Amino acid sequence: MSSNFTKVENPVLIVEGKQADNERMKAESDYLRGTIKEDLADRMTGGFTGDNSQLIRTHGMYQQDDRDIRAERQKQKLEPLHNVMLRARLPGGIINPIQWLAIDKFADDYTSYGSIRLTTRQTFQFHGVLKPNIKLMHQTLHSIGLDSIATAGDVNRNVLCTSNPVESELHQEAYEWATKLSEHLLPKTRAYAEIWLDEVRVETTEGEVVEPILGSNYLPRKFKTTVVIPPNNDIDVHANDLNFVAISKDGKLIGFNVLVGGGLAMTHGDNSTYPRCADDFGFIPKEHTLAIAEAVVTTQRDWGNRVNRKNAKTKYTLDRVGVDTFKAEVERRAGINFSDSRPYKFTTRGDSFGWVAGIDGKYHLTLFIENGRILDFDGKTLKTGMREIAKIHQGDFRLTANQNLIVAGVAEADKAAIEQLAREHGLINDSLSNQRKNSMACVSFPTCPLAMAEAERYLPGLVDDVEAILTKNGLKDESIILRVTGCPNGCGRAMLAEIGLIGKGPGKYNMYLGSDVAGSRVPKLYKENLDEAAVLSEIDALTARWSAERNDGEAFGDFVIRAGIVEQVIVSFRDFHHA
Amino acid sequence: MGKIVMLPEQRLLKQNTSNSANKSSALDANQLASLQQSVADYSSLQLAWASGYLAAKSEQGQNAQLAPVAAAVAVAAKTLTILYASQTGNAKGVAGQLEKSAKAAGINVVLKNIADYKAKSIKNETHLLIVASTNGEGEPPDDAIEFHEFLLGKKAPKLPNLSYSVLALGDSSYEFFCKTGQDFDERLQALGAKQVSPRVDCDVDYDSDSESWTLNIVETLKEELTQTDAPLATVSNIGDLPTAGAASVYTKQKPLAAEFSLSQKITGRDSAKDVRHIEIDLGESGLTYQVGDALGVWFENDEQLVAKLLTELNFSGEEKISLKVAGEVEQFTLKAALISQLEITQTAPSFIEFWANASKNTELVAVASDKNTAREFAGVHQIIDVVSLAKADIDAQTFVDALRKITPRLYSIASAQAEVEEEVHLTVGIVSYEANGDTRTGGASGFLAERLAEGQKVRIFVEHNDNFRLPQADDTPVIMIGPGTGVAPFRAFMQEREARDASGDNWMFFGDQTFTQDFLYQTEWQNYLKSGLLTRMDLAFSRDQAEKIYVQDRLKEQAADVFAWLERGAHLYICGDGNRMAKDVHQTLVEIIAEHGKLSTEQAEDYLKSLRSNKRYQKDVY
Repeated sequence: MSSNFTKVENPVLIVEGKQADNERMKAESDYLRGTIKEDLADRMTGGFTGDNSQLIRTHGMYQQDDRDIRAERQKQKLEPLHNVMLRARLPGGIINPIQWLAIDKFADDYTSYGSIRLTTRQTFQFHGVLKPNIKLMHQTLHSIGLDSIATAGDVNRNVLCTSNPVESELHQEAYEWATKLSEHLLPKTRAYAEIWLDEVRVETTEGEVVEPILGSNYLPRKFKTTVVIPPNNDIDVHANDLNFVAISKDGKLIGFNVLVGGGLAMTHGDNSTYPRCADDFGFIPKEHTLAIAEAVVTTQRDWGNRVNRKNAKTKYTLDRVGVDTFKAEVERRAGINFSDSRPYKFTTRGDSFGWVAGIDGKYHLTLFIENGRILDFDGKTLKTGMREIAKIHQGDFRLTANQNLIVAGVAEADKAAIEQLAREHGLINDSLSNQRKNSMACVSFPTCPLAMAEAERYLPGLVDDVEAILTKNGLKDESIILRVTGCPNGCGRAMLAEIGLIGKGPGKYNMYLGSDVAGSRVPKLYKENLDEAAVLSEIDALTARWSAERNDGEAFGDFVIRAGIVEQVIVSFRDFHHA
Repeated sequence: MGKIVMLPEQRLLKQNTSNSANKSSALDANQLASLQQSVADYSSLQLAWASGYLAAKSEQGQNAQLAPVAAAVAVAAKTLTILYASQTGNAKGVAGQLEKSAKAAGINVVLKNIADYKAKSIKNETHLLIVASTNGEGEPPDDAIEFHEFLLGKKAPKLPNLSYSVLALGDSSYEFFCKTGQDFDERLQALGAKQVSPRVDCDVDYDSDSESWTLNIVETLKEELTQTDAPLATVSNIGDLPTAGAASVYTKQKPLAAEFSLSQKITGRDSAKDVRHIEIDLGESGLTYQVGDALGVWFENDEQLVAKLLTELNFSGEEKISLKVAGEVEQFTLKAALISQLEITQTAPSFIEFWANASKNTELVAVASDKNTAREFAGVHQIIDVVSLAKADIDAQTFVDALRKITPRLYSIASAQAEVEEEVHLTVGIVSYEANGDTRTGGASGFLAERLAEGQKVRIFVEHNDNFRLPQADDTPVIMIGPGTGVAPFRAFMQEREARDASGDNWMFFGDQTFTQDFLYQTEWQNYLKSGLLTRMDLAFSRDQAEKIYVQDRLKEQAADVFAWLERGAHLYICGDGNRMAKDVHQTLVEIIAEHGKLSTEQAEDYLKSLRSNKRYQKDVY
């Protein structure tokens, strides 16, 4: 299914030149330690200084501040209201009720927003933790068997796994591989345990290689890995560097097709950056999973661009050296050859809400969580509801890559009690439109330092308006995969949406059209710098046409391409920016 | 101007005081003593004037020793300042390149993030380059907001001696492409500055445009900035300074009506307190002050409060009453007198007694009968709260005679003229509490914070305080303890020590309720630490943890170092609440000195006494 160019003549394997400053930072960090401990003891500022503010990312935290009041505080001669956002490491998104109760309490007691935010990385985030509470936060996570190692920074981040509660056996095996991949590719430095858990440092012996896989300078850029169980592409393979597509026989996992080089991030105005679909390298039996993963990671480690961070991700390495060269190198390093890719098909990316029965006889309840934000709202006490469910639930919880949540493994006898709690607290809403279920936004303002425009705070109202437009245009039960992100970095995966809105400036968005329902195609720029009113009038005009001219059952993303409203992106680096 | 001409004088003093035995010194011991005596009570502006006078003398050949110092100033003035206003780091990168190229060409360069630049110093610049990016809708990057506001505002100075150029970074897909750079460019031109090279507007692919601009600029400025020429002519500038003695023109009785120019809340939005940073413009008045002085502020009472009081007393406000003002009896309407002449927000115990007698209210009579009770009661009740307790049948004149005359409030000055020149800054905590279902506000703090609009006049005078002065010798270390609004004079100290280029160590203890909301002047303290002017700072935020932590607790933690500083001659200053804090701190100091000096409590008290008599232990408490 590769649609990228495979051959490059005389490829440049290593980009020469002055290395990016982040490379210096990593090299000087003493394996991710930096001087974080000294910064923790500094009472003058609530933030981290210099390199440390970047290094804490590899420990799962971003330094942020309340951007709504940044200018106000500057006038007050106060520094920005520095705090950190924490992103936990939760391979496959599974968390048990005891762990849930602990993070629920921490969010209440020690975060300024009081919420648990489920994210597209299939994990949860705390927002607004002040410096004096950071160590306590990590120690709290540690006490319940969790951590936040390498959920950000130039490392392999939280490993995703399709949330498939029905085929429980297959899911269990896929989930175990996600966990093994996460552990295998994790930084081996003890920096996290020393800084946050007070572990005493043991000096390394001579000749000891601290990071056999990631290397002393770690990866050139962030790296994302998934395990996916077709036909549901909920984790969006083309947003990830490395994907293991589960191939099963008689309900049992036999191996994986390996997809390499997806990624959505880009930079406004820089045409050397673009979203790109992953290439299918072929099939491997499951016992070779870790060896292949390691070979892909080390090839990218050695060949990735360390001069220009904007071209450092795996997708650009593939386009620079050619897919064939990269794949041959992976085979050489792993000592394993890919066989022909096995057939599989993605048909959907969304979650199926409500109860389903698994083949193991247990029941699973998928809850729609708007924007993934678990918090007590007026008339919708989501956070309290989840806490009450956690108190009685015997199974586990599964966070989905669509920012929703599954109460999984419920015995038939417990169904009613759990459903009643979910209804009492607004966690079940029967009148939810299909459109709302297929809409998604990243966090953005007020906490994300990269945000250029609103996303999470914009989406609910936008969906109200789009629902009204669809109804008006005779499309009441239809839906469009609609995603909003506050910047072009890709957290909200708008670059795999039928309508993707990417923040450009306050109240201004670029509109991209034309991905498909299964997420196998990158959309194309349609209009730039639309304000909210223009976004709506465009959607109105486009859906009116779709309604009038569509073929039977034709999805919106397919229609806009057939109708010539936007050009199809086949090869990203050739087509995406083509005017 | 004041800043530049002060330098040689201060250097001379410092050099001579610290090396008084040194034969190479310009003055012998007697000369030095006589000079020190002559200037001991000069204000900063007077010192500035004297320094210019001496510099001018030296240029006439009468004191050749001073000439090199003046020349050094001239060289320092020939600096190219590069400011960058970056959001994503691009402008910073370009500015860094520019700095490199300019340095390579032999130019003396200062590179600064615009956020760290004191906007007012722009009038001292001769050559300025700005590399500025623009945010989405044409607004300046966060770091440049303050500078942008200042430069485009009405306080921006004329800049006839400035040569400049601007490199603007932007994204042409936005409507307001490169707006911030354009703003700076147009405004600098309007202020009289000379463009040395036209502004270049760069798009997302800025590399080649920025490079050619850099090359061009360095080429153009190279000649001008690398030759050393004659020293700066300081003499003509000095003639413009206000003459000595101007300060004494304004007194409590004859205050200066100065322009109230800024009231900025400096506690965060979630703070339990409202503390204001206030700036008053002294204009051409010639009013001068020294760090450590207090500012007297006259105020008027709240008209709404007066109206309520009149209603409560069944007066119309039009009643004629007479009052003695400056020895003369004058006629007022009751309303006018209550607004501008009489104290109604602070209650004297004598008024409790008066109202108790007049109303025959048993409760009040009981309160008035005990002095302590009466004082405590008076402390939390304004006049309106007392009269609304019980009715009394009295006439307007009798009521007026029972009230005290309004008195100005004194605030420790939070600025040094060496830094802020014709301004005076205050740090004012708004007194506010609930009583009888109403919000009661302090008379002066309410006036400054709520009723006075920026641009209006406020009557002020300087209250000298020679018992709160920085050490004469600039290399003497100081320990400053100033929680809450007690921070004010220490902000002035830092400004003064920075302007003097004082080498002495500075150690600040500050405390308040919470770190995120109540760290007064946080960013300024951070910058002082970063620049090295402030040696260390210890913080105590009482409500950030389960147990309360105060400045005295931090002093105790650092006991050994505190004692070591005292032993090497540190001066000790306390400012703020005199009831509890100053006493607790004193007690803690006694303990520290006893423990680390291996002294008895009594001996430790004596140690502090001797510090006090040597003017090394000074307090400004209220």
